[in-house]
Order: sequence, then C-alpha cells, then structure tokens
Amino acid sequence: MDVMEKTFAANMETIPDIVGFISENASSMGVHPKRVMHLELAVEEAAVNICSYAYEIPPGEVTIRISREAEVVRIELSDTGVPFDPLAADAPDIKSELENREVGGLGIFLIRRMLDEVHYSRSGDRNILSLAVRYGEK
Amino acid sequence: MNVKTQETNGFWVVRLEGRLDIGNAAQFEKACLEWIEAGHPRLVLDFGGLEYISSAGLRSILAATKKVKPLNGSLSLCSLSGLVEEVITISGFDNILTVYADVAQATAGEEK
Repeated sequence: MDVMEKTFAANMETIPDIVGFISENASSMGVHPKRVMHLELAVEEAAVNICSYAYEIPPGEVTIRISREAEVVRIELSDTGVPFDPLAADAPDIKSELENREVGGLGIFLIRRMLDEVHYSRSGDRNILSLAVRYGEK
Repeated sequence: MNVKTQETNGFWVVRLEGRLDIGNAAQFEKACLEWIEAGHPRLVLDFGGLEYISSAGLRSILAATKKVKPLNGSLSLCSLSGLVEEVITISGFDNILTVYADVAQATAGEEK
C-alpha cells in the first residue's frame, strides 16, 4: 500500500498504538531500520504535543497518514484542535547547566535534528504537521 | 521495559532493557526517586539493553539528576548505542551527565 491512514483518540494511552502503526508501515515501505526509529521518536514527540495542547476539551482525535513518495516516506499528523505551530517555539538551550535545564521544547528539537523534512500548516480547521525521511540509512 | 538493579562498589546500577518512552517514563522517574530516598544516591543507568528513548525519558533522567545533587550523589550513564546515543548527544545530555563506556568504568570511581 502506498498510503495508509488511521484516526486515533488523542490521549497519552494511544501513543504506543500510533508509534506502532508508523513503525509497521514505515518498515514495510522499505525505510532503513535506523530511520524507522527516527520516525517512531518524531511521531511520539509530535503526538505528545497534540495530546497535551491541541484540545481544550479532551478527548479529540488525531489522524495519522503515512505515504510512500519517490524520495521519502511522509507522515502527516492532523488534528482539529486549537491552531498550534509546534515549530514556532524557541529552541531549547542544550548547552545550559543542569540547574537551568528544561525539557520543554526538546521533543521538537529532536524531530528537527533527526528528520529530513518537518513543516507545519493550518488548513481549514486542521493543524497539519508533516514529517519525512529518506529511505536509506543517511 | 525491564529494569534490573544491583549494588556495585557503592553505586546503584540500574540496567534498562527495551524502551523508555511516554508510556513508562513517569513510572521510571518514580522508581528512581524511591531508590534515591532509600539510600542509593549514586546511580549508574546502564543503557546497554535500551533501544529507544524519547524526551519523556530524558525528563525522568533530569528529575532524578536534580534529586541526587543536593545529596552529594551522582547520576551517570553507560553503554549507549544506536538511537539512545544519538538522542543523548543531540540533546546535549552528554554535557550535563558523565557518560562511561561500560558498567565497569562507571562503577570504578567517582571521577572519569
């Protein structure tokens, strides 16, 4: 299959299922195991954000779509929550000392560093976070 | 995730196997705080069997590190590989924590 899509309840308990859905499909689409791990991490971080911030009155839903493109595998997470661009947040200070360390923002920072493409858009009433990696190890 | 603990040379060695993620990080953090309060403020987290860690896992490690500091304890990591090593490096956690090659080095003494 070139495109798989599934909608999940946007709560912390379903995140392992979301990660599993991505892992299975990315593997069968031929993504290198190392990059599958990058996708798992990115999807966990993005889904945690959505489950934490998107819905003022939980539970909402999050739709996950994975598609096989020529150069990359692309994942889109979309929700109908409040407009929220996770990429607009300030990067964390990864050089700061222990006492000042905050982990907020680190998830998005990891996504940016590990994936080949990351972008956010607001389309109608939906937030769409698009993530992509190439198939090979690098 | 499987967790095994062992006392070696005054260090509390915690071996993690599997995944440290949003599903179990809070539980792991609670376990760390309990070990610390039970008199084990010198923790070595052995990541030799850990395949995956997310920012939720990093948060639990940070919380434990902040807890051992006022007790003159320590928290170090060892045996990183694969994705876990990447995450620790990218996040800069290797700058705030001591990272050893293996358990033997981590439990050899207080300083690297």
